[in-house]
Amino acid sequence: MDVERRIAEEEAKQGILTTTLAKAVNWARKQSLWPATFGLACCAIEMMATGAGHHDLARWGMEVFRASPRQADLMIVAGRVSQKMGPVLRQIYDQMPEPKWVISMGVCASSGGMFNNYGVIQGVDTLVPVDVYVPGCPPRPEMLMYGILQLHEKIQNRGTLD
Amino acid sequence: MDAEQLAERLRGRFPDVIVARGEVTVTIARKELVDAIAFLRDEPELEFDLLSDASCTDWPGRDPRIWMAYHLYAMARHHRVRVKVGLPEGDLHVPTITALHPSANWHEREMFDFFGVIFDGHPDLRRIELPDEWEGHPLRKDEPLGGVPTRYHGAHVPPPDERGL
Repeated sequence: MDVERRIAEEEAKQGILTTTLAKAVNWARKQSLWPATFGLACCAIEMMATGAGHHDLARWGMEVFRASPRQADLMIVAGRVSQKMGPVLRQIYDQMPEPKWVISMGVCASSGGMFNNYGVIQGVDTLVPVDVYVPGCPPRPEMLMYGILQLHEKIQNRGTLD
Repeated sequence: MDAEQLAERLRGRFPDVIVARGEVTVTIARKELVDAIAFLRDEPELEFDLLSDASCTDWPGRDPRIWMAYHLYAMARHHRVRVKVGLPEGDLHVPTITALHPSANWHEREMFDFFGVIFDGHPDLRRIELPDEWEGHPLRKDEPLGGVPTRYHGAHVPPPDERGL
């Protein structure tokens, strides 16, 4: 331990940092998430506010919401998912390249919320795997940003390349 | 024509015409529907040329169970009428009026979708808003209000409060 640390300190003096490949790659991934536009309801207004200048998602390198799922690796499901939107959502998720992550934004996407009826899918986790649930109706931009930072931590701490 | 004058004019043709809150309602039998809508559209001074809405209501346990409601508007004369038709339980058939008002097409598909009313002679009676493989007619009063499972590609996921999370 001490020897490794002394080596690292010596290298740092020469401008060299050592880490594992997985950590370096996951660090790059988390710092450059590309969200897909998936605004479905009022949560999308808060998501847009998060991306706009006042709250400035560009601080984490993810202000560019892509209209094509091929260019995105994060799907923020912002709003209630109707029964007919379900297959569309799943197809967009399938079109995103690996690795990919999903944030379920708001109570409707997470569990159906106030729409406990035939028309709305009772939780988007019945269709796609969800990494982070953000509660709220709708969540404020700060809550969404907190959810995104939690996702950053999750990506950084995966520890493996896959 | 105001509502009373319109009702008086209509009583010459229909036996059951009432005026409530300034609105004229004509109740007719199912077999008279197409003739009645055609009369209202083509008769001079009536000229109900716009089908502004077609819908229905469900009254389980009563006879008739389903009440159809056609709301007609005369664009040139600015008067309105509501035409009601009752359908008994177990025989939810009614003739289509798409030949008279093509705009009825999607209204009738919607009523088929949500209430299960069959429109005889409709050119394209498919579900319009729910997924094609949907079972049941969710706006009937005896359908559950909530707590329904998520149905997706044949999988049934129970509602959140029954998942034992």
